[in-house]
Amino acid sequence: MTTAPATSPSLGTLDISGTSKVPLTRLIKVEIRKMLDTRAGLWLIIAIVAITALITVIFFFAAPDGERTFLNYIGIMATPQGFLLPVMGILLITQEWTQRTGMVTFTLEPHRGKVIAAKVVAALAFGLLAVVLACVIASLATAVSGAPGAWKNIGVDDFAKFTLLQVTGVLQGLAFGLIFLNSAAAIVTYFVLPIAFSIVASLWGALADIAPWVDLGTSQQPLFSGQNLTGEEWWQIVTGTLIWVVLPFVAGLVRVLRAEVK
Amino acid sequence: MISLENVTKRYGQFTAVDDVSFVAQAGKVTGFLGPNGAGKSTSMRIMVGLTPQDAGRTLIGGHRFADIPNPSRHVGVLLDASAQHAGRTGREVLRLSAETMGIGRERVEEMLTLVGLSGPEAKRRVRNYSLGMRQRLGIANALLGDPSVLILDEPVNGLDPAGIHWMRGLLRSFAGRGGTVLLSSHLLHEVEMIADEMVLIGRGKIVAQGTKAELLHTAGTYVKPEDPAALQQALLAANITATPSGDGGFRSESEPIDVGRAAAAAGVVLAELKRAEGAGLEEMFLQLTSDDARDAITPEGVQV
Repeated sequence: MTTAPATSPSLGTLDISGTSKVPLTRLIKVEIRKMLDTRAGLWLIIAIVAITALITVIFFFAAPDGERTFLNYIGIMATPQGFLLPVMGILLITQEWTQRTGMVTFTLEPHRGKVIAAKVVAALAFGLLAVVLACVIASLATAVSGAPGAWKNIGVDDFAKFTLLQVTGVLQGLAFGLIFLNSAAAIVTYFVLPIAFSIVASLWGALADIAPWVDLGTSQQPLFSGQNLTGEEWWQIVTGTLIWVVLPFVAGLVRVLRAEVK
Repeated sequence: MISLENVTKRYGQFTAVDDVSFVAQAGKVTGFLGPNGAGKSTSMRIMVGLTPQDAGRTLIGGHRFADIPNPSRHVGVLLDASAQHAGRTGREVLRLSAETMGIGRERVEEMLTLVGLSGPEAKRRVRNYSLGMRQRLGIANALLGDPSVLILDEPVNGLDPAGIHWMRGLLRSFAGRGGTVLLSSHLLHEVEMIADEMVLIGRGKIVAQGTKAELLHTAGTYVKPEDPAALQQALLAANITATPSGDGGFRSESEPIDVGRAAAAAGVVLAELKRAEGAGLEEMFLQLTSDDARDAITPEGVQV
């Protein structure tokens, strides 16, 4: 068996001059579609919408009159959304490994970094949609039930803090997905680690002292409070985010770029 | 055309693919044959960049796979029919691929019809598909981008005889139009039915390659000596080429009488000396598939 002779290069050579690369926008559209085209993904999105609405109703009946402000409505939505958005991020990454679709995905687009970038954009788009949804529902609830002065003290920074919180959650989910490449391990670790941390911190005082610097849950606490953050508190958010989002994301990305897909 | 040049992949101490070189030519169906665990799937994953190799290179139509823009428009790949999201419908699996490739939905319906999954089957979730149906879906996915090269790992696995017949017709006409087909299998008779050329792999090494006719009609001699090393020396002295057959014997292109003379001249005792009778490929394949005999296989014809 010999290779094609030099006189007829067309015989064994692929002419790729007429083919353009897969644009990132197309990959993003595909990744958004992947979040909606399975029952698991669809129900997760439905759950995020339903729980956001449900907790508003609960708060409406449970909260004393004076508490029903726009900012309080937003604040209570942060928790359930903060639980579910990271799971969405995790699943978007890990389905490629758990369901082994990565073998197709990474053959259709062999540049894995590009695929991951598309997933990040798609997941962030859903995260931002969740923020918009929360704002819309909170506005409706406030309009219907708001206490006197319910619209006071709302600044751009309040929306920014809420958005930061949800976006960080989505990115942390993506990062944990990249590190573990396994839905169950990533989800369990994502929920168990903060609990384990607070147990250890309660037993070991030294850890409790540095907790705001190393535990993202603790350092993000002021974002819920509605008050202005001190410079130190912002730095604590930066270090917490570095440890729990940036570091795992980079490590996971390196792993995915090098890993064998099978 | 697909070419592998000295490709090697190691997992710790274990060498899964060991200095593998071969070419799958355009216009032909090349069968990649070997027992389970021989390195077929690893080699195929290396071709499309899913597994990084430790040495060597693979080119498809003269390009590295990663350098081909929108590669599925040129190279159709089916590596594992089961590697599909169980919760998606057959049609949705193809639509996702089509959207990535940037081709229309009519093509999805065309492919579903081609592989016999149109109608109600297309709406069922892959979870409820038989292995044969998953293979058909995988073939549809590979053909979706209208490629000129096909890389298929065990595509016939799970198909019924009618399905195998259908696959054969499909791949033959694909190659007939000038396409390149590389398909792997662990079953000799499957490959015999479909392929023009064959590449045999065992324990990560290429042990034989050539056209089906060449491999199936290796006339010549089978000889089994009392002392293999002594016979190697004797054949070397007589300028006779021989290949170890894996059971302590040798296979040679030369006539039995010449091998017998060489052995007699050196005083080597022979336990068996017979005409090979064209069963070379099957015997070699059986040797490859029996675990305890695999150690004895060497890739090169021993020049003795």
